Amino acid sequence: MTETWLLRNLRAVRGRAYPRIVGANRELSWVFFDVTLPLLTVAAYAYIYKFMNAPSELIGFVILGGAMTAFWLNILWSMASQLYWEKETGNLSLFMIAPISRMSILAGMAVGGLFFTTLRAASTMIIGVVVFGIALDMSQPLMLISVFVVTMIALYGMGMMFASLYLMFGREAYHVSNLMTEPIYLASGFYFPVKLLGFWAAAGASIIPITLGLDALRQLFYPVTGTQYQFLSADIELAILAVLCLVFILLSKLSLDYMEKLGKQTGRLTLRWQ
Amino acid sequence: MAVRDDLRTFKNAAWLGWQMEANWTDPFLFATYSVVKPIAGTLILVFMYVVITQGDTGGAFFSFMYVGNAMYMFVADVLFGVTWVIHDDREHYMTLKQVYIAPINFYTYIFGRAAIKIAITTVGVILTLVFGVLVLGVGIDVGAIDWPMLAASLVLGLSCLCIMGLALGGVSFLTAKHGEGINEGVAGVFYVLSGVIFPITVLPPWAQGISKVLPVTYWMEGVRRGLEPGVVSELGGQTGLAGFSDLTLILVLVASSIAFLFISLAIFKAADRAARRKGKVDWTTTY
Repeated sequence: MTETWLLRNLRAVRGRAYPRIVGANRELSWVFFDVTLPLLTVAAYAYIYKFMNAPSELIGFVILGGAMTAFWLNILWSMASQLYWEKETGNLSLFMIAPISRMSILAGMAVGGLFFTTLRAASTMIIGVVVFGIALDMSQPLMLISVFVVTMIALYGMGMMFASLYLMFGREAYHVSNLMTEPIYLASGFYFPVKLLGFWAAAGASIIPITLGLDALRQLFYPVTGTQYQFLSADIELAILAVLCLVFILLSKLSLDYMEKLGKQTGRLTLRWQ
Repeated sequence: MAVRDDLRTFKNAAWLGWQMEANWTDPFLFATYSVVKPIAGTLILVFMYVVITQGDTGGAFFSFMYVGNAMYMFVADVLFGVTWVIHDDREHYMTLKQVYIAPINFYTYIFGRAAIKIAITTVGVILTLVFGVLVLGVGIDVGAIDWPMLAASLVLGLSCLCIMGLALGGVSFLTAKHGEGINEGVAGVFYVLSGVIFPITVLPPWAQGISKVLPVTYWMEGVRRGLEPGVVSELGGQTGLAGFSDLTLILVLVASSIAFLFISLAIFKAADRAARRKGKVDWTTTY
């Protein structure tokens, strides 16, 4: 590994992240939709709890879950589907012949996507908290940051893995992403404590990093009442998430190599409209 | 002759829509997708509800919420189905310019494409309702259904939604990659303000004022009165529209459909003219 090779790949990461960090914020209407659309669902769900006179922490759970949907949607539509779209628009073949590691492209997508999605999710969260007058406990900032960062690394690692696998789906990529929206919101407990699903269902859903991340963040934001809804303790969830980080990044490399090999053998990797 | 041409366009557009929605997908995946997605969306609400009631799904509000959420699939998918035609054909398949200059009625083509979306959504709605009745005890009594009210509300409501979708389709002629955001935004506003999953009386007074000018609010009430009259009478004044008779509701839906027909056609034609002038009919913004 030479210095030139490293610099070239770091430039590739920066170059792929650039349109997501700068370009995505140029179009203000996109920012508007990205921030307000999750708020509409959050508001609807919060009003259900208001109508039922539910405890305020459940409204807080909904707001946090609603903000986190931005990350999951970003994984599905801007990570998992991305290489498929790049193939459709003809960029994938350029990526393949570029003298860089394909992992740099995926890492650039992840870094850029994480940046712009964090801005949007934070806006949704802040507006939701202000509008519904929710109080959040911030007494464990380091733990909060750790859980969030580790969740995101694991989640975007999963997105990088999906990006390669989606190339196999072809036109079905759209359906697969759609299929993984509401069912994952359900399985991961985006709008209710995942503990309600029962231990084994929640354990199965924990393969999606956001399940444990969300559960841990809820415990940290509501240290007194949140624990009654917890699936596992926040410490254990953080440890599992750290393992998932390594697993998904490794799997993303393996799946990318496999797809590239398969593409070379069949000659169809960059073939469009299939 | 023109009617026969339109029917043929409608049929072929619907067939094309079906091919795009289903046949290019693995049948198992498509069937799973069509069933699992709507039921999962509804189960989110079910779990939100049972976390408060400790598992009891027998209340009138549960049925209100469940049926509203099932029917809302029509709102989201019909608006999306009509609008997405423009975006998908132009940006993804890049065939809009050929369709546009073909000697067919463009409106018929759009509604033909959207019709298949409505058909697929109908299957999802029926499955969701059946699941609710059989598994969760949703309060729909088949013997008590007011069929004329249900049929009239459904037909008028779906027509109104198609017409509104046309206006949004016109807007997406002029926008870059916004089609989805606009659709979801409008559908989301209906979700919050139209009494879909909670009665509008829980909203602040200013928001209730907006609710009462949205046709979807009346559509939801009409469908509920047809499908679950017992639930509506049990909730009584809480729905916010108890003062409206069935006939008044239907008349409001008729008036809304007519009003939106003129508004949507005007918006679509204006957008169409602007798109031609600015060269946006075959515009591609890297889908």
